[in-house]
Amino acid sequence: MRTEHAILAEIPRLRRYARALTGNDADADDLLQDTLERALGKWTLWRPGNLRAWLLTMMHHVFLNQLRTRPPIVTLDEDTPSIPVRPQQQDELDVRDLDRALARLPPDQREVLLLVGLEELSYADTARILGIPQGTVMSRLSRARERLRAILAGEDRPVHLKVVK
Amino acid sequence: MNKERIGKEQLHAYVDGQLSAAESAQISAHLVDHADDRASVEIWRNQKTLLHAAYDRQLDAPIPHAIAAQLNSRPNKHFRQATIAAAWLAMGIGIGFVADRQFSPTPTDPTLALASLPQRAAVAHAVFTPEVHHPVEVGADQEAHLTAWLSKRLGHTLRAPKLAAEGFHLVGGRLIAADNGPGALLMYEDGGGQRLTLYVCTDNQDSGATAFRFAHQDGVSTFYWIDGRQAYALSGKLPRESLLPIANAVYRQLNGEG
Repeated sequence: MRTEHAILAEIPRLRRYARALTGNDADADDLLQDTLERALGKWTLWRPGNLRAWLLTMMHHVFLNQLRTRPPIVTLDEDTPSIPVRPQQQDELDVRDLDRALARLPPDQREVLLLVGLEELSYADTARILGIPQGTVMSRLSRARERLRAILAGEDRPVHLKVVK
Repeated sequence: MNKERIGKEQLHAYVDGQLSAAESAQISAHLVDHADDRASVEIWRNQKTLLHAAYDRQLDAPIPHAIAAQLNSRPNKHFRQATIAAAWLAMGIGIGFVADRQFSPTPTDPTLALASLPQRAAVAHAVFTPEVHHPVEVGADQEAHLTAWLSKRLGHTLRAPKLAAEGFHLVGGRLIAADNGPGALLMYEDGGGQRLTLYVCTDNQDSGATAFRFAHQDGVSTFYWIDGRQAYALSGKLPRESLLPIANAVYRQLNGEG
């Protein structure tokens, strides 16, 4: 398969991950574009193998860079006024709630949670992509899941999070 | 049995399908009479379901034009889609090499950049061929220097095809700005002053090979194709049937057959 086709085939998954990681469409596409730029620039370094893992590794590095260079635009805390949102569609509300819940996880936990829980990667692949030991993957995963559980259950600063039904 | 020694990590691994069938069965058995662990497993599975429910729609979403174009590295806002699409319908020549994909100029098509190639080539042709005094930067009398220089700038070995059998001789060439880096334009002329240009540019990725494609714009006919990292376009104010054998000769020679 051609390179461009191979990368193109990975884009929907990269986009899904980027969307969940960043919490909104604009940042997700920014992350994806920066990732592709980096990947295309380093293309000569790629050796036939797991293209998806390679691209996700790129995305991880770009994500870290973006965290370092741009502070989060919106910080949700107890003082943030809660704006009631009533979208027409039920699933839209769910996405927003989940976006907010994920935003409250530390980025390193969020990455692990999503690579394992959404991208369904093995712990070993996740460890390679993030450049951390597998034991760290498991501890971050464990903490992320507990934190997410608490957030969704309303135990963790539930002020602005309205769990739907 | 070590039923009582099952830790949280194993439960996570169970949820994530990281265990062997035997280990998995062991956990399943353990869960039967450990309600707390069962509840945890249930919660974590629900979290995964939530994630998929929220974000899987991304998998079916159309890829934004900007991203598809970026992948091709050569977005071209002035690309005349309709013209190219019409030209597409008019062609279909496979000249003894790979012809394996259909093109449709949709925003998500990976061959979008390829489609902008003939326009760029036709513009270069239109700009440089009328030049009387300076049609090229380096003339054919310095062909070795010309090809060495352009090869160096393009990052791959460029040979100037010999088209004497087709009635054309090399005038020379010039460096041009392609969409994402240096490109080269070689110019040929026949006895009657008819000029052809061969537009060459290099991509930063291997795009395989494509069949010959044909476009016609503002009186300029162009056959174009991609071979690995190189994109080529041969343009001239000739009818398609006259340009085709010349394009064939160029292609053969660039592939070392000529």
